[in-house]
Amino acid sequence: MKIIVTIKQVPDTTEVKLDPVTGTLIREGVPSIMNPDDKAGLEAALQLRDKIPGSTVTALSMGPAQASVMMREALAMGADRAILLCDRAFAGSDTLATSSSIAAAIRTLEFDLVVTGRQAIDGDTAQVGPQIAEHLHIPNVSYAAEIVPEFGSLKVKRMFDDRYQWQRVKTPCLLTALSELAQPRYLAPGAVFRAWREKEVETWNVSNIEIDPGYLGLAGSPTKVKKSFPKAVKPAGCVVAAENGEAADIIMKKLREHFII
Amino acid sequence: MDFILKPEYEMCRDSYRRFAETVAAPIAIDVDEQELFPLDTVNQMGKAGFMGIPIPAQYGGQGADNLAYAICVEELSRVCATTGVIVSAHTSLCMAPILENGTPEQKEKYLPKLASGKELGAFGLTEPGAGTDAAGQKTTAVLEGDHYVLNGSKIFITNGRYANVYIIMAMTDPSKGTRGISAFIVEKGFEGFDIGPAEKKMGIRGSATCELIMKDCIVPKENLLGVEGKGFSLAMKTLDGGRIGIAAQALGIAQGALDKTVAYVKERKQFGKSIAQFQNTQFMLADMATQVEAARLLVYKAATYKDGKLPYSVEASRAKLFAAETAMSVTTKAVQLHGGYGYMREYEVERMMRDAKITEIYEGTSEVQKMVISSALLK
Repeated sequence: MKIIVTIKQVPDTTEVKLDPVTGTLIREGVPSIMNPDDKAGLEAALQLRDKIPGSTVTALSMGPAQASVMMREALAMGADRAILLCDRAFAGSDTLATSSSIAAAIRTLEFDLVVTGRQAIDGDTAQVGPQIAEHLHIPNVSYAAEIVPEFGSLKVKRMFDDRYQWQRVKTPCLLTALSELAQPRYLAPGAVFRAWREKEVETWNVSNIEIDPGYLGLAGSPTKVKKSFPKAVKPAGCVVAAENGEAADIIMKKLREHFII
Repeated sequence: MDFILKPEYEMCRDSYRRFAETVAAPIAIDVDEQELFPLDTVNQMGKAGFMGIPIPAQYGGQGADNLAYAICVEELSRVCATTGVIVSAHTSLCMAPILENGTPEQKEKYLPKLASGKELGAFGLTEPGAGTDAAGQKTTAVLEGDHYVLNGSKIFITNGRYANVYIIMAMTDPSKGTRGISAFIVEKGFEGFDIGPAEKKMGIRGSATCELIMKDCIVPKENLLGVEGKGFSLAMKTLDGGRIGIAAQALGIAQGALDKTVAYVKERKQFGKSIAQFQNTQFMLADMATQVEAARLLVYKAATYKDGKLPYSVEASRAKLFAAETAMSVTTKAVQLHGGYGYMREYEVERMMRDAKITEIYEGTSEVQKMVISSALLK
């Protein structure tokens, strides 16, 4: 099975502080990490590869030259290849331009399965994965929390807040990974040394892919950001077991208790 | 001269730190309180590749180097000094002498299991009457046909109860003094080999420090490590390497105490402000951080010398002397800055201060390090 995993370098948002005046992220001095959902997707792909003889895993990213550190990390985790799309032409890409460019890169490679993270912790859009599937005209199964390979297909557990769903999907397909899909391994020192000293990160520019320039970078990005603000923390809530007819009264009581009505 | 660590070492450090924070730190208090040998942590470290870092890949090791290994011991010791010394004794005192002195058969037989963490190693030199004066060995080894018969005991052996493979020093010819000492690879389960109860210690209380008792212990002739009569020099060279591991352990303890203290002084309020705002706190922190960084440079230098195949005995002694004194001084200051809370076990700097003390004693006391350093100056 030929597996491609898309990964993104993001600021470690657990270390990010907000500018109290502008409300924007202070990125200075914040370490960069591999997006957690992507890392879980890569780990799951590596485990799948090790179960199915003859499989390969290619890590693919689009980003600035500094992202090559993350590509080395992907190699140290065990990826067979690491390809970084790095070109000024990609600068300013929104999710559509990003997915167009990544899909164009994937078209040049052989694949049975594409794994992306569900969403990146810096943008939280969850759009790039499904968009890549659309560009490639392959089925997409989002929120993957478990993958079971079957002959010519995959059984995927999709996890929601309150339930899960098993889906069977034929390959080639795309899955978006939740961070619970797999616990990323601890990097073995020897694997880290080989990733830096023996392996190569392949850097591709726009000439390595076939894409209409209109879909590239800022020009190919229809998204207009109106305002950025921190996500409000959602309280845990409470579950009340109620008999028929009681529920409305309980809700009314709770709303009054909190001076909402 | 390059003071910037190469990115592969930083990436290794990230991996060690994530492991230390996730696996070793949550149980560090229990490891100390209950004198618990962290067996599950050791198994996980084997899977993560931390149990054979400087051992070549052909023997099942990671094929990394001593600097990567020192950083591992540092990061583990930053949260749990017991975990740090388990890796240090296993790597520097058991695998290193086999790698450096073993026959091809011995390396094939022992290193893959040790380097993968499936088995654990230990080292037995110290005896009740032979501490710093290591030449005063009383354990004897007598060749009888195809095997040696060992008699005697070794004390204060780190990993003692849980190790499978032990490097044991014994007198093959007591009339020759230090030239009559030989090294042996002894397996747990060899006839006549027994392990005493764990010692009750001040610090590193989970490291299963035990006595090893050999009573007519049968050791196959092929388990002689190196040349007969060259065991003392083998032991001294082994300790040179071991000092890098212990220096890294001391460095980690000091860094851990500094990190805990920086976090604490920002939160602790007295006289209406955080104690971090008092200049006394700031100056103490500055001293602690400077000592830690100086220790780090000495430790990394010693490891780099060993990796570069340069003589590193004096470098290792300097690193261990300074790092151990740093660990003691920084942890004492950390307790002081924590005030009464620092004396309480739940704040961990108390444990770090107890753990620090042993780094001034084992694998050569600070006084022994001074002997090594000064004798190089005066020769």
